Amino acid sequence: MYRDKAEWPLWEVFIRSRQGLDHKHVGSLHAADARMAMENARDVYTRRMEGVSIWVVESQHIHASNAEDSDAFFDPASSKVYRHPTFYEVPDAVKNM
Amino acid sequence: MRVLDKNQLALRDFVLHQADNTLILAQRLCAWCGHGPVLEQDIALSNIALDLLGQAHHYYDYAANLTGGGATADTLAMLRPERAYKNLLLVELPNGDFGQTVARQFFFDAYHVLFLEQLNKHAQDLMLRAIAEKSLKEAKYHLRWSSEWMIRLGDGTDESHRRMQNAVDLLLPYVGEFFLLADYQEELIAAGVLADPRDFQSSWSAHVEEILSEARLEANLQQAPMQHGGKQGIHTEHMGYLLTELQYMQRTYPGLNW
Repeated sequence: MYRDKAEWPLWEVFIRSRQGLDHKHVGSLHAADARMAMENARDVYTRRMEGVSIWVVESQHIHASNAEDSDAFFDPASSKVYRHPTFYEVPDAVKNM
Repeated sequence: MRVLDKNQLALRDFVLHQADNTLILAQRLCAWCGHGPVLEQDIALSNIALDLLGQAHHYYDYAANLTGGGATADTLAMLRPERAYKNLLLVELPNGDFGQTVARQFFFDAYHVLFLEQLNKHAQDLMLRAIAEKSLKEAKYHLRWSSEWMIRLGDGTDESHRRMQNAVDLLLPYVGEFFLLADYQEELIAAGVLADPRDFQSSWSAHVEEILSEARLEANLQQAPMQHGGKQGIHTEHMGYLLTELQYMQRTYPGLNW
C-alpha cells in the first residue's frame, strides 16, 4: 500500500520512562521499516532521557474506536459504582503494579 | 605560557588533534540542521553533532589544562590560526549530498570506535581513559547509524547507489591518514603512554570492507592514494572557509558571552 508512495509508512511510538511503568504514546514518525523506526524513535523521542524502552507500531495496525459510537460504548459505564473496587485500600507497596 | 617538556607537548598536541577532529566534524554536521532530507535524519545528524561537540569540550578542557597560561577550551577551539588545527583532513571535507555525509561519517566512526576502545584499554593517561569511556557509547551508536545508511543507500535505488559510490570514490584518498602517525603520536607510543593505532588497522579494514560489501560498494582500501597533512596543520582549501564561520563571533566580539 505504501510502497509506491513518496512517503515512508507512519509509525506510532510508545516510550516507557522507568522500569515498572507503562509505555506511553509520545508521537509518530516516518520510517521505511521497523529497524529504522526504532532508531528514529531513539533519535527523536529519547533525546532528553525520556525513557528506557521503546515500542514502535505501524499506524495502520492500530485500530481506534469510532467517535460516533462513543455514546453506546462509554456512557453506560459512568453510573455503575458497584463495578469499582473502591471499598478497600490498596497498600502503598503495590501502587505501581 | 607554561613551558612544557617534550612528552607534555606531545600529549597536549595529541589531545588537540582529537579535540579538533570532533570539533570540526561537529561543525560540518551542524550545517545540516534544518536541511536534512527528512525530519528524523535532520535530528539524527544534529544529535551526532552535539555528541561530538560534547566530546570536543572535554578534550579542549584537558588541552587547556595542559597548556596553562590562561588558555581555555574556548580560546583553543575558537582562536587558533589554521595551521594550529590538527584534525584529520577527512573531517573538514564538505558535506556534499546526504550520501557523502554518510560515507564520511562511516569511515570516521569505524575508526573512532576502535580508537576509543584502544584509548580506554591501553592509554596510561587517566583523563584520556575517562573521556574515551564516556565517548565510546556515543561513538558506537554513530557507527550503527552510519553503517545502516551506507547499506540502505548503497544497496538502494540506482540513484542512491551511484551517489554512494561517487562519495566513496571521493573520500577514499582521505582514510589513509588515520594510520599515518604524526610525530606527537610516535613520541607518546615510544613513551608507552599510548598504544599504536596501526594495531587496529586490519580490524578497521575488515569491518569497512564488510559494510561496503553489504552496501554493494567498491573501494580498494589497500591501493588508495593517500592525502595527509591535517595532523600537522596543513589543511585543504576548505578549512579556511570553515574556520571563518566557526571563529567569526569570537573574533568579532572578543570575550563574547551568551
